[in-house]
Amino acid sequence: MTEWLKSVEPLTLKGQIAVPYTWWVGETGGRFMAALRDHRKILGTKCSSCKTVYVPARKSCGRCFIDMEEWVDIADEGVIQAYTIVHYGHPVQPAKPPFAYALIRLDGADVGFLHVIKKDLDRIKNGLRVKAKFRAERTGTILDIDSFELM
Amino acid sequence: MARRVAIVGTGQTYHKSHRPDVTSREMIKEAVSSALADAELTIRDIDAIVIGNMDHFESINYVDTYSVEGSGGVMKPIMKVTTGGTTGATVAIAAYYHVSSGFFDRVLAIGFEKNSESDTTGAIITCSDPVWDRFSYSGAIPSLATEATAYMEKYGATQEDAALIAERDRGHAMNNPYAHLRRPLTVADIMASPMLAYPIKLGDICPRSDGACAIVLAADGIAQKITGKPAWFKAAAVRHTYTWFGDSTDYNKGLVSMQRASKDAYAQAGITKPVDEIDVAELYLPYTWAGLKWIEDIGFCGPGEASKFVGDGHTHMGGKLPINPSGGVISTNCIGATALLRVAEAAIQVMGKGDTRQVPDVRNAIATGFGGCFWSDIVILSSERP
Amino acid sequence: MDKAAIVGVAQIKYERRKKDQIFADMVFDVTREALDDAGLTIHDVDNVVTVSNDFFDGRTISGMAVGDACGGQDKNISTVSGDGTFGAFYGLMRVLSGYKATIVVAHYKGSEGDINITTNGMFDPVFHRHLGIDAVSSAALQANAYMTRYGIREEDIAQVSVKNHGNAKNNPFAQLPMDITVNDVMKSRKIAEPLKLLDCCPISDGAAAVIIAGEDIAAKCRKKPVWVRGVAHCCEEYFLGDRDLSNPVALREAATRAYAMAGIRNPIEDIDVAEVLEPFSYMEPLWLEGLGFCEPGAGCSLITKGITVMGGKLPVNPSGGALSANPVLVAGLARLIEAALQVRGEAGARQVKNADTALAQGFNGPCGQSHCVWIISGTK
Ligand SMILES: [Zn+2]
Repeated sequence: MTEWLKSVEPLTLKGQIAVPYTWWVGETGGRFMAALRDHRKILGTKCSSCKTVYVPARKSCGRCFIDMEEWVDIADEGVIQAYTIVHYGHPVQPAKPPFAYALIRLDGADVGFLHVIKKDLDRIKNGLRVKAKFRAERTGTILDIDSFELM
Repeated sequence: MARRVAIVGTGQTYHKSHRPDVTSREMIKEAVSSALADAELTIRDIDAIVIGNMDHFESINYVDTYSVEGSGGVMKPIMKVTTGGTTGATVAIAAYYHVSSGFFDRVLAIGFEKNSESDTTGAIITCSDPVWDRFSYSGAIPSLATEATAYMEKYGATQEDAALIAERDRGHAMNNPYAHLRRPLTVADIMASPMLAYPIKLGDICPRSDGACAIVLAADGIAQKITGKPAWFKAAAVRHTYTWFGDSTDYNKGLVSMQRASKDAYAQAGITKPVDEIDVAELYLPYTWAGLKWIEDIGFCGPGEASKFVGDGHTHMGGKLPINPSGGVISTNCIGATALLRVAEAAIQVMGKGDTRQVPDVRNAIATGFGGCFWSDIVILSSERP
Repeated sequence: MDKAAIVGVAQIKYERRKKDQIFADMVFDVTREALDDAGLTIHDVDNVVTVSNDFFDGRTISGMAVGDACGGQDKNISTVSGDGTFGAFYGLMRVLSGYKATIVVAHYKGSEGDINITTNGMFDPVFHRHLGIDAVSSAALQANAYMTRYGIREEDIAQVSVKNHGNAKNNPFAQLPMDITVNDVMKSRKIAEPLKLLDCCPISDGAAAVIIAGEDIAAKCRKKPVWVRGVAHCCEEYFLGDRDLSNPVALREAATRAYAMAGIRNPIEDIDVAEVLEPFSYMEPLWLEGLGFCEPGAGCSLITKGITVMGGKLPVNPSGGALSANPVLVAGLARLIEAALQVRGEAGARQVKNADTALAQGFNGPCGQSHCVWIISGTK
């Protein structure tokens, strides 16, 4: 740093990339979201080759690189596979800290489902069962499930 | 030693203004599946993947890791290359080096964009320097318009001369089932279209499209087993000359990056008379004046001669050097895929798979990418193993 | 594989906030220093790979910021959007495709963006982004999965932070050289359980450069060439729930391929020093397991047994690693540079004795989804 820069407050410029986005959910994601919104149901898709049941529903199985046609009803409850209790806050988060993220193996699925747990954080442990709490007002986003709660 | 490399398969989506039925990842899979089918390969045959787009058009960070379900990248090497509008060409060229270096035998190159998901101009503006340029730079159209007025002033080219480029490319698009805009457009239509930034009218510029493109590259010895007619790389040249927009405003010099890249590419390919030795060109022409000015910079005709060269029909289908049999960027523009589509379409011509858009007996085909700050990339493909 | 070598390297001191240098300034400095280090001029370098990320830089076509500064004028130049180890791999491919010498430059300023938002952008916009998950909270999930599976205690991963911040005291480029204890880590502020402040990397600004060249140029360079013996990368599944976060399968695959190229049969015997990308403490043992230095679950015991500390059989991150400075993307290139300095015997106070074969690793994506592994050596 030169003497001049040390003698002044270095200038900064504030800005942000303010581009609005409208992501297409797609047909597969759309069916998943519509089921959440309209029927409080969680849907998965099953690979005809490796038999993996994916949730949220995916159009194709990345392992086998084929499209999946079979839809599977997934339970709205399951087992915590991994969790973290978050202690820092940020506007992108859907809850005030502390809250938890968890990977939940929903009954009927072969992969973990990422969501949040807001209550009973002191009791959280891997292996515990949790159940989805749906929002009363649902709009077709992953947050139509407000959170999962310990059973 | 560097290995020879060829394109052995191409695939693309049916390009549209918007694709509500699929996410980016799902759209990518369509192009990849179609490229693999064209090469009669499966994803298991692929050793590595190169992918690119422009982050702020979909707001997805790390599309290499985001896309694996669609790119086929699960448990494979995948790398992301991003250079703005030239991305598709730099992705193809990166895939070329993946094979040429000897590390990988069969490589997929993928470009995509879902322009329907964002504000294209809002995103493009952020390519300018945040401190010095962003407050004054208003996107691609005005900067291209400035180039156009300089060209008109210097050589007396008319708006009608430029409009003929769009009439030609949109006419060609009628032969391409994948093209986004498949409606003919006449010079009169273009002249009557709304003025955006003088002299650019709506009919003079490319659309925003959703789409993806993928190509399969293979090494010498393997390529010939995959297809009887591989499209061999004869040259790959990249010139991203400028960093600052202000540095590129001496338009009287022409598109310097194109001049330098084509000189490099012709030297690599041993081409001395481009018009005679190149049979078809797929050029990244995002607006009509590019179809005049830049074909001078690439050496298809002399400075100021483009209006006559195009007007005489040399660049139409059936002419001595058809440009953009696919309909080009004026008809389809899914930006991260756009330059890769040029390479893919050039490969299609060399491989003789152009169907209704096929130029007869193509030996050498040239493809370009344009983007960034007046940047140019060039690929020359050939039916002859170099 | 034809022979190619790392012939020039440069870093600048990593800092929380570089007020006096914009991207181009940082990149110009490392470009010039890497050329000096190699004893080359910019005219000897015939092509360029830049490494940057549009999200982190807040700029579409972020490579534009440094095109002049890295000497890219009238040269074949391209940009890898990803970790520096991947950018360097592309640079190597170009050399093996016939270019004389590639300069690879990487830049990053964590001080200028919002890392929670930019890394939230790594996650699926439809299914995951609204949940607000980011690089830190996803890493914490991985830490939980890993530690639960093998019964690893928070004190065990805290040792990594103690070791690496201690090592950083020997590295003039490090941002956070610190004398800390396991107790200090345990008492530090909870970020996302089980990760505490001292389990996490700092936010950093910085740049780095390497020059990779073929045999002809390498023979003429000022410094001892560091030969590339093996490189490989590999990516696993995207959705966190689809993965076994406690088993880095992509890293295992990349390592297997790199070892095969390099003729390495027993990594812990054949490799003298490793520089791995560990923005979070638990990552070092997990990556060491993926790299085959020990059995799954035994990563933390490598520290306890004194194997990965300075003076041990396989010192890991003599530089202090990403825990001591994490200019994202640059940090992977820094691992490669630090490994090269070890092979040259130029690592100063952080030098591992008689280091001849070194490993460097970097990754892209959440929880190490896509890894790149390098094996470099003083022996051709
Ligand atoms: Zn499957």
